[in-house]
Amino acid sequence: MPFPGVEVPHLCAQCDDYPCVESCPVDALSVDEKTTAVIVDRDACTSCGECIEACPGNVPTLHPGDNKANICDLCGGDPECVKVCHEAKYDALRLVHESMSTNRKLFARDPIDVAKDLAVKLFGEKGEEVI
Amino acid sequence: MPGGYAGKFLDVDLSKEKVKDTVIDDETLEAYFGGRGLGAKILWDRIGKKWSKIDAFDPMNILMALTGPMTGIYPGGRICVTGKSPVSNGTVGSTASTEFAPELKMAGYDGVLVSGKASSPVYILVTDDGGEIRDASHIWGKVGEETIKILNKEVVDSLTEKKPNVGRWREPGTIYIGPAGENMVRNAAVMTKICHAAGYGGYGAVMGSKNLKAIAAKGRGSLPEVFAPEAVKLLWKKVHERSISRDAFRRQGTGYAGWSVGATTSSEPVRNWQEEWHDERSFGGPMFETRFWVKKYWADFNCTVSCMKVSCIKSGKWKGDITNMPDYELQAYCGTNFGIFDPADNIHLSALLDNLGHSGINGANTMAFAAELYQRGILTDEDFGFKLGWGDAKAFDKLAWLIAKREKIGDILAEGTYRAAKKIGEMRGVDCMPYAVHVKGIEIGAHGTRSDEDYTHDISYAASVQGGDHTSTASDGFKEMTGAVFSDSGVYCNFCSAPTELIFDYAKAITGYHMSIDSWRRWNGPRIVTLQRALLLLGGPDQVWEPIKDDDNPPRFYEPLPSGPYKGRTTDKALVESKRATYYETLGWDERGIPTKETLDRLDLGDVEPSMKKLRK
Repeated sequence: MPFPGVEVPHLCAQCDDYPCVESCPVDALSVDEKTTAVIVDRDACTSCGECIEACPGNVPTLHPGDNKANICDLCGGDPECVKVCHEAKYDALRLVHESMSTNRKLFARDPIDVAKDLAVKLFGEKGEEVI
Repeated sequence: MPGGYAGKFLDVDLSKEKVKDTVIDDETLEAYFGGRGLGAKILWDRIGKKWSKIDAFDPMNILMALTGPMTGIYPGGRICVTGKSPVSNGTVGSTASTEFAPELKMAGYDGVLVSGKASSPVYILVTDDGGEIRDASHIWGKVGEETIKILNKEVVDSLTEKKPNVGRWREPGTIYIGPAGENMVRNAAVMTKICHAAGYGGYGAVMGSKNLKAIAAKGRGSLPEVFAPEAVKLLWKKVHERSISRDAFRRQGTGYAGWSVGATTSSEPVRNWQEEWHDERSFGGPMFETRFWVKKYWADFNCTVSCMKVSCIKSGKWKGDITNMPDYELQAYCGTNFGIFDPADNIHLSALLDNLGHSGINGANTMAFAAELYQRGILTDEDFGFKLGWGDAKAFDKLAWLIAKREKIGDILAEGTYRAAKKIGEMRGVDCMPYAVHVKGIEIGAHGTRSDEDYTHDISYAASVQGGDHTSTASDGFKEMTGAVFSDSGVYCNFCSAPTELIFDYAKAITGYHMSIDSWRRWNGPRIVTLQRALLLLGGPDQVWEPIKDDDNPPRFYEPLPSGPYKGRTTDKALVESKRATYYETLGWDERGIPTKETLDRLDLGDVEPSMKKLRK
């Protein structure tokens, strides 16, 4: 929330070319064939931070608990966040079944950039100066 | 170690520029829980013996931002700001919804205790690595929006520099003050998220007196462990199911009440409470919703009610103002109570008061009080430098700045309604008290008692240890103990409440305490309220309340309603007196409301007895 009222969900977009998986020097990242989510091998991960650098959306973090790369695994194909959002009748998060394409990468953006757009949408001209 | 607590508190001495971790023993935590209760206890232990000699603005006063064991784990986490109050000279558990609270817990702290006074403006940053006092001279004087923008960037940048390769750092949770707090406007609020406030108690002014602009927290850890994780999951689901089924409240929040409370229950302040009824349909909920709400569901961490709505004015003279809803309280206090029935004017004034760090209820009450004095010719154009007519949003805009900067008459009005009434009364030789709507220095929330149709009644404010606070009113001295006294101590939002049984199961699952509804109504609750009562009665140094005489509604609440369907009704004085007596008796206080020795012994408050003994004479 870079400005009050402007919250953005910040999740892995599963780019078609997976720059994070490419960047991993120890092959700790792989792609789940069924869900297309990025899977982290926590034993192999060396916490080097290369995947964070490589991600166009600044999505991965090092988990504070074990200090290993932390990327959404889509809960095995049935994400809990989507379920709870639907329960609460918002449907702000949805599971999109889409074949591989370069479009996906368009959603991998830094949250501040997304928030800037959203602020303008919400607040009009004033939104240009709040973030 | 009970569940739900991070385990330590950050103890900051601004005078010595020292920061250390403090642990509070398990027995104290179990007895006082957290937030409001624990705050009163810490105050009593540290400065209770000299209470009536310590001014709220003295560096010895302790400003506390406390969480409770429920915070962040029960839906709707809040922060409880407390300390010696500059308005009531007692203590108020003032809460605000904000991510600051869970961030604090994730950083490993249950609260921040600030004493002393910094030599120049500072802010405190709390992270997993502990607390840090930082220079704030570049944000001193800035309004809320600017403060948030600068702090967010500054904190994120420095955290990124410190730990660059852990991923993108997100914004910290922050509580801060605006210019009103900096200039020690006595009833100024502690602000957060531009439009959320811990407004009652005047703790913004206490932060100002300490040269403390803000406290920011960013944690990377998890919330504290709970006693029974599986049970908490199940209970969360139950509360969540209840919350998300409240469709009307989720859609409207309290933002539809600006018309309905006035029109249907006649308990909404109009022109400084001269009336409590209006039927202005221009001020109806749909006006706000369709024209100004740009985000229809807005929530804090772990809240599925989402009763807040972000509003923004996109065109016209107030273009660019952003606030939430406003909620009912601010629709009333920054609207009808100024004689304003135009949603845009109302949104502008709400946003302005928040930005300046005024309390939208308390500060606005003082402003309407000033307007009534102007109406009656007690204050004139010369005092203000402009005309202050009812309904004139531009004039009230100027007045808000005048008070925040303490210019002209604003310097006296900045002392809050009660103290300003006293001073202006002396200055002009007129009794201004009939127009001051407060109880024990705390301006009354926007729910009147005269029609008796709202949730507030005869002794709701008169007998309450938090005076005019509409979020914690007095009722029977028994059942109320598991209401606001509990939620302010567990520190979660009243609007996320569930049946008491469910809440107590939840609390037990989090903490593992042997606690029950009965034990809270008989012991824990009364212990907190009795300690608050003792501190309130001790008061001082500038004001000591007289038991019974000051435990009463303001004169205006005994005037008959002049208009509306309940015209002629008023608060029944005889009923106030008899119910107040019963209230004292239920809590084990004597006929003047001073806690008896037996009660103090029974509640393990034996060390309060010597000071109460002096009062009984």
